[in-house]
Amino acid sequence: MNLAALDLASSRDLMIAFAPELVLTAWTIVVLLTVAWRHRTARDLRVAGWLTLAGLASAAGAAWFLWWQRAAAPGIPAMIAVDDFRFVADWLFLGTAAVTVLVSFDYLERENLLAPEYYALLLFGTLGMMVMAGGADLMMIFLGLEVMSVSVYVLAGVNRHSVASAEAALKYFLLGAFGSGFLVYGIALVYGATGTTNLPSIGSQIALASLQDSVLLLAGLALVLVGFGFKVAAVPFHMWAPDVYDGAPTPVTAYMATGVKAAAFVALFRVLAEGFGAVAAWPQIVWWLAVATMVVGNLAALAQRTVKRMLAYSSVAHAGYLLVAVTTGSAAGSAALLFYLVAYTLMTLAAFALLAAKGRNGERDVLIDDLAGLASSRPWLAFALAVCMLSLLGFPATAGFIGKWYILVAATAAGQTVLAAVLVLTSVVSAGYYLPVIMAMYMKPEPFEQAHAPMRLGLLGRTAVIASVVGLLYFGVLPNRLLDLARASGAAVRKAPAPAAMSPVPLAPRAPTSN
Amino acid sequence: MYQTWVLTALIAWPLVAALGVLLGPARWAKHLALAASLVEFALSVPLWWTFVPAGGMQFQLDVPWIPAWGIRYTVGVDGLSLFLVLLTTFLVPLSVLGSYTYITTRERGFYALMLVLTSGMIGVFVSLDLFLFYVMWEVMLIPMYFIIGVWGGENRLYAAIKFFIYTFFGSLLMLLAILVLVYLVRQRTGVYSFSYLHLIGHMGALGPVAFWLFAAFFLAFAIKVPMFPLHTWLPDAHVEAPTAGSVILAGILLKMGTYGFLRFAVPFFPTVALHPWVQAGIVGLSLIGIVYGGLVAMVQPDFKKLIAYSSVAHLGFVMLGIWALTLQSVQGALMVMINHGISTGALFFLAGMLYERRHSRLIDAFGGIARVVPMLATILTIVSLSSIGLPSTNGFVGELLVLLGAFQTYPVATTVAAGGVIVAAMYLLPALQRVIFNPLDKPENEKLLDLTPRELAVLLPLVACILWIGLYPTPFLRRMEPAAQHFIESVRASAGTGTAAR
Repeated sequence: MNLAALDLASSRDLMIAFAPELVLTAWTIVVLLTVAWRHRTARDLRVAGWLTLAGLASAAGAAWFLWWQRAAAPGIPAMIAVDDFRFVADWLFLGTAAVTVLVSFDYLERENLLAPEYYALLLFGTLGMMVMAGGADLMMIFLGLEVMSVSVYVLAGVNRHSVASAEAALKYFLLGAFGSGFLVYGIALVYGATGTTNLPSIGSQIALASLQDSVLLLAGLALVLVGFGFKVAAVPFHMWAPDVYDGAPTPVTAYMATGVKAAAFVALFRVLAEGFGAVAAWPQIVWWLAVATMVVGNLAALAQRTVKRMLAYSSVAHAGYLLVAVTTGSAAGSAALLFYLVAYTLMTLAAFALLAAKGRNGERDVLIDDLAGLASSRPWLAFALAVCMLSLLGFPATAGFIGKWYILVAATAAGQTVLAAVLVLTSVVSAGYYLPVIMAMYMKPEPFEQAHAPMRLGLLGRTAVIASVVGLLYFGVLPNRLLDLARASGAAVRKAPAPAAMSPVPLAPRAPTSN
Repeated sequence: MYQTWVLTALIAWPLVAALGVLLGPARWAKHLALAASLVEFALSVPLWWTFVPAGGMQFQLDVPWIPAWGIRYTVGVDGLSLFLVLLTTFLVPLSVLGSYTYITTRERGFYALMLVLTSGMIGVFVSLDLFLFYVMWEVMLIPMYFIIGVWGGENRLYAAIKFFIYTFFGSLLMLLAILVLVYLVRQRTGVYSFSYLHLIGHMGALGPVAFWLFAAFFLAFAIKVPMFPLHTWLPDAHVEAPTAGSVILAGILLKMGTYGFLRFAVPFFPTVALHPWVQAGIVGLSLIGIVYGGLVAMVQPDFKKLIAYSSVAHLGFVMLGIWALTLQSVQGALMVMINHGISTGALFFLAGMLYERRHSRLIDAFGGIARVVPMLATILTIVSLSSIGLPSTNGFVGELLVLLGAFQTYPVATTVAAGGVIVAAMYLLPALQRVIFNPLDKPENEKLLDLTPRELAVLLPLVACILWIGLYPTPFLRRMEPAAQHFIESVRASAGTGTAAR
């Protein structure tokens, strides 16, 4: 069996190409059946959690196998892309989901959320993300996006005791559906202009029929961008983000801020690079989106008093930085995008996990000042949160810095100096809201004795936070491995439509150590 | 062996020691930190003898770090940075010893941060890779931010965040300039490298973009120096920081700005730096710094604030000396950098000791204490005189060289700057008089204790240096001369004949 030359027209090869998604689907059904059968006690909830972790691990294993065998599907453009970009993105989503599960164990019990469907929804959401990242066809991407979105709409409202949670879910659903509407309409117009929804075919159609200036195509592209703009929470389509992030249960917020955003970015990059690489208009549109998102996100975050809302706006700001990487459209840009997504995911997940530990029945209201004196009573928690804040700020010796550096490298290499300057200047602004967290923890006294005593981070949550913080520091000093991976996978996104009769160069399987 | 590893050891050892301090028992923290910083000093002392003045860049170590981006770990020392490294290792043990009674809370954290700060400072002075330099430049920001913010005075939060944001703003623009610079050099040579020597060797003519790159570097370094009008973070940070923080801030951190000009900004963009308008602007700002710093110092009721503004004035001399580009002026600038570290460091120690005795930094809180604390008064007098620049102290050597050298290039500006020396006497002497002479009219001051042996151990090495450099500066000048000469020649040569003909 030659995995390096999969023929996606044959159903057997298609199944192989889809292996990670299929494995995850099977596990999702297992989890669904289990929780339908046992859903009464906290113990059942834990069983479902462990099953979920097992499912995520096996899907990651399947993705790893394809990556290790250098699976590829040369030749005719197909529904699904088989490249490193997809596999690395899959690992990112699966890792995000795993950390979310680890944090959820304690959170669900503490908040009395005996909702076993939680884990099944999480798995469905992750499945949607993987389909999005793998989709080489606008229909596939839309399908994945909807599977993901619908799951996350429900997850946002999973806390039925909380009015805020319900509000968040409804708001997210309405605006998300609105955004999907734009996307679908955009896809329809693109189909009208090119006669296909397949990304490489769109690319070759544009090249063949010189459609760069076709009004139909540009209108479709603009609508597609609006749809993705909603999903990544880019300004001016970010209005929903703070309220939804604020109202949803904190682990779900973490999942939304990292996984959903990462999936939307990966898909957006693929759509723009593979499908619309020849259209000169989109870098300009994305340029403006990036500038607006960075400026508005950072300035709005300055005004926030509660930690969760601050992190919500900060995630808008980070969407702006990621859009800078998208704007370049280059191989360096896609590598920078992947690297930054990994760093961003680590730091955001850890920050939300720590916030979830601090919050207690309504963590919405944890003010930045409520963290005062954390360093003296809980030095390790404070240290972890401080590392996250510095990494979000892009401070050297953390992965956040290397990521930002990579985006800046890609931007300057693409001649986007002004964009790079805006990124740098808005990063200075971000010091104005990340530092107060550190300041509160280290430089202000504890408001009263034992103020932080109730703060609990379970064993599993602690494992997740430790892993994230160690990862942030490790990749901040020795980023080489991750960098090489991001470079190799970033280059895998095909830029031009591939010639139909390209003979594949067979490659030996990777040596087991060469990751 | 020593040649290759000493600089890396100087960077790594404090980090290891910081971990030890953090994990050890709290009551040992200060002793461990003192021992560690003395070891650091002992490690660095042989640099003084093994350094070959005419040897250019030495003690180099060069290993790949992030090969994908052409980033290497490259360190080395030449005559420009040698004394800054030694000054750092010399001041840190004294700062640790000087904090023994000042710091009473969270000692482990404080001393660990001091050691991390040491690593960062050494790293800035020895980095020969722009990525490494940038990382070090930023990394030392965090310990200082915490030192001001956690152990500082009443207004410490404001001072800490102001210090952080000013520096961060400048350095991020420098980061962008570094990236653009590396990209431009790659377009010419095809090599993507952050190596200092590679960049400086292949800079060539950059065209109009050079102005913007210089502006970004200028902003980062000028904030650190600090040059008027970017100096406003300095009085806050100096006043609020604990004694050791002020000493390190004034003694070492400000030198990073001027060092950055000597090492990066001027050699990278000589045509911009020697453009008549840029010259006029920078010399003008230096003069404003000298005169304005002195005049503002004159009216400060707070002793630490007075010293802080005097730093603005002293660093103005350094900038003037660098831009005058004569051998004497550049050597003088390097000497003023060292002298300012020693004298102002000593002044901040003394201010801290007075504060510990009276819990006041106001000059008016004292008066006539020469009779009560004769040793402290003697040392304060010597140090103040050296800061003014009295002959036979170190201050005289540096400022005289700067003025002599700069007179050849900027006669008018130098005449104004010479007036700044008089201003220095006008703010320090009256302050000295109000603190230690005048009638002893406050009962609180009658029972002050004189210097303890520990405090003497902090101050006497500094006094010894003041006199040594004041009386016999030749060993210092001899080691600086080739590097200063090389700096001038390379800048002149690449700036073209138009400016060199002056």
